[in-house]
Amino acid sequence: MDDSRPLFAQVAENIENDIISGALPEEGQAPSINEFAAFYRINPATALKGVNVLVDAGILYKKRGIGMFVATGAQEQLKGARRDSFSSEYVRPLLAEAEKLGIDSAQLTQMIAKEANNS
Amino acid sequence: MTSTIEVTNLSKNFGKVNAVNDVSFTVEENKIYGLLGRNGAGKTTLMQLLTGQEFASSGTISLFGQTPVENAKVLQNTCFIKESQRYPEDFRPKDVFKTAPWFFANWDQDFADRLIADFRLPVDRRIKKLSRGQLSSIGVIVGLASRAPLTFFDEPYLGLDAVARQIFYDRLLEDYAAHPRTVILSTHLIDEVSNLLEHVLVIDEGKLLINEDAETLRNRATNVVGMKTAVETFIGNREVLHRDGIGGLSSVTVAGLSESERRDAHSAGLELSPVSLQQLIIQLTRTETKEFEASA
Repeated sequence: MDDSRPLFAQVAENIENDIISGALPEEGQAPSINEFAAFYRINPATALKGVNVLVDAGILYKKRGIGMFVATGAQEQLKGARRDSFSSEYVRPLLAEAEKLGIDSAQLTQMIAKEANNS
Repeated sequence: MTSTIEVTNLSKNFGKVNAVNDVSFTVEENKIYGLLGRNGAGKTTLMQLLTGQEFASSGTISLFGQTPVENAKVLQNTCFIKESQRYPEDFRPKDVFKTAPWFFANWDQDFADRLIADFRLPVDRRIKKLSRGQLSSIGVIVGLASRAPLTFFDEPYLGLDAVARQIFYDRLLEDYAAHPRTVILSTHLIDEVSNLLEHVLVIDEGKLLINEDAETLRNRATNVVGMKTAVETFIGNREVLHRDGIGGLSSVTVAGLSESERRDAHSAGLELSPVSLQQLIIQLTRTETKEFEASA
């Protein structure tokens, strides 16, 4: 929790990561606002704001009096959104760094292929 | 939103010193407030006024809709934990915990017992034999276990080690979540508490400098670091809060950035780093000082 983005956005992203990884399965119950607040050591109002981002996006839904649950299709929806921003989040910074070091795109492609083979 | 505290044009003078100078604000129910400021800024005086321990020179104070001065109805709903609380000469911690329920209707003995174990407080030892940190933990335990609808913590942790402070923060959050109440926390350790706060009041030289939602305040600024030319191109004619540089590198604090602006900055090879609440307050306080000097 030490990033320059708003705390509530970081909370939302952490929950998204857990849904993408499967740690929070679809139709599974999400932790409560107070549990999130205690876990991240943040004010419950901030945790609520983070969770509401995901409720508004249809990733989480509320069952009155019971709690919050992960919506069906949430994992695929989040993966899709992450794929859309993959280029700007990862590829563009990679190209910027490569350019700074004088690595051309052919060399870069070669390096990616080599790493992919190794893993 | 119900307001627990309403302060209007409050001033307190000690001779020629304006300890609190024409301060107005409201405190909303069931939120955690940070009352921040430098030494001698007027934090303690303000809290003494709010709890009826000092008389205001001018202005009005209302707690739960009533004046706090000599008002038992208000004061029994209010808990004020002071930095240097004094206890009767031969008191032991267990005597404090025995008498506390007389003053606080919501006192929870089980919670107090759990906190005593958490802080490893020797309850049978005479208070004057306790260490500075142990003395502070008595105050923290009383403040938490009293569950007063309005709780003030004035620098509650002098001498408390890092582990004990973390216990305090964790128990405060847990118990606040289970039993919402209004908490006003005054501290110098801004970075440690910044994530716990919902609202921030900054007082400087008796004046209220900042009265803002903590989330808004945290997003108010970002540091942009990189090659001088790239940084200058990126910031263009944005408002700059602070500027620093070494060699060809430049570090500039600007107002909060949107997601797309952040991406632009990354593509331009710039690094973004957070501005902590503490740093922001230092910078804002400095700016204010400059403006003040310029207008004087």
